[in-house]
Amino acid sequence: MSGGRLPPTPAQTVGPFFPPLLAPAALSDLTRRRPDAPPARGEPVRLTGRVLQEGGGPVANFVVEIWQADCDGRFDHPADRGNAPADRNFAFWGRAATDGDGRYAFRTIKPGPVAAAEGGFAAPHIAVTLLGSGLMRRLVTRVYFPDEPRNEADPLLRSIADASLRQRLIARRVADPEAPPGTLSLAFDIVLRGEAETPFLAD
Amino acid sequence: MSGSASEADLRIRFERYDDRTQPARILPRYRATQRRNPAAAPLDFAPGLGEIAGPVFDPDLLRPGENDLAAAAGGGRRALGQLIHLSGRVLDEDGRPVRRSLVELWQANGAGRYRHDADENSAPLDPDFIGVGRTMTDDEGRYVFRTIKPGAYPVPDSGNWWRPPHLHFSLFGTSWMSRLVTQMFFPGEPLNAHDHILNAVPDAAARERLVCRVAENPLLPEPALGFAFDIVLRGRAETPWIPG
Repeated sequence: MSGGRLPPTPAQTVGPFFPPLLAPAALSDLTRRRPDAPPARGEPVRLTGRVLQEGGGPVANFVVEIWQADCDGRFDHPADRGNAPADRNFAFWGRAATDGDGRYAFRTIKPGPVAAAEGGFAAPHIAVTLLGSGLMRRLVTRVYFPDEPRNEADPLLRSIADASLRQRLIARRVADPEAPPGTLSLAFDIVLRGEAETPFLAD
Repeated sequence: MSGSASEADLRIRFERYDDRTQPARILPRYRATQRRNPAAAPLDFAPGLGEIAGPVFDPDLLRPGENDLAAAAGGGRRALGQLIHLSGRVLDEDGRPVRRSLVELWQANGAGRYRHDADENSAPLDPDFIGVGRTMTDDEGRYVFRTIKPGAYPVPDSGNWWRPPHLHFSLFGTSWMSRLVTQMFFPGEPLNAHDHILNAVPDAAARERLVCRVAENPLLPEPALGFAFDIVLRGRAETPWIPG
């Protein structure tokens, strides 16, 4: 295709009125692609956290979207040209809105490692998109898993020289009374600005 | 072993956004932007398979009529306001249609009030208007909504900054990299020139791309304002996409 590139449409903020109808509870459960289908394969994970603004206050009505591979590191998408089929019972993508306390929660599974651009593999991780009032453009980051030996070889984590910064991309294991037995319960707070600011990725 | 695209391939398909054609992140008159955007520069990284792939929504996700916001409340009465027929195409940067892709829309009612707990505007709610719709693009990347023109509304504690009438759009495209949330504005609205959100985009031509154009009304003989709004998502022709 010669020349003729169309410039992408500019982003604009989601604003403070993202409709709850577009963030129903079912969208925060990636283990069920649809109510009548079997659950996705893999280690169950409950991921919770808070979205905090400068000064540490919670941010309500924020939209948190997650995107990740299935338990084998596969995607149900034509760009994934691997041999193994992706888990069609897994939702891969989910959305949750933060409550008045800035809290979000997802049920998902631990993803497998995913082919990285550099030729190796990215350690298991969950991609996060944040949208909301005060964000003119989305923010993107990643949640990595604690006690995961593959983190050592992850190209993105390796590119972060500061160990404390690196640690901020790794979720904490927590006791979670709401999680069923056998569930890996993780907490990942997202600090938009200020002390202990979450590292965000170029978009 | 996965057969992902090479790094060079991905860089061509998904270039970083040009900041002149995207809004500034921190705005003097929009205080929340100052507390909610990182101070640190973002980490650069090479997109991998996880970034080029993206959510694929089941075609039967939608119920019939979800693209008709004017009738969506289901009470048999049309929402108050000027009826609009809005159509457009979702394209990639090479002008190719983005097919069978989810489009979400939400908006204020004809009086400028959202059906949302956080909206403290004193304008009335319309019992016949919810203000949320969804559709999927067709094989030409085309979408259609029927709705009403939203009213302008004041931003609280802002010194009488009024948002011009606008629709909120959420798009996914074919890739995690093509996700876009934006707002569509109406042509000829005096408030457009004063809106701090629209004017956060530095490039005038880019701002103009957020304004729809007057178009025909295919609903005739039902009277409706016709508008057209095309949306370009990041990504180039190499984007592998085989509609399933």
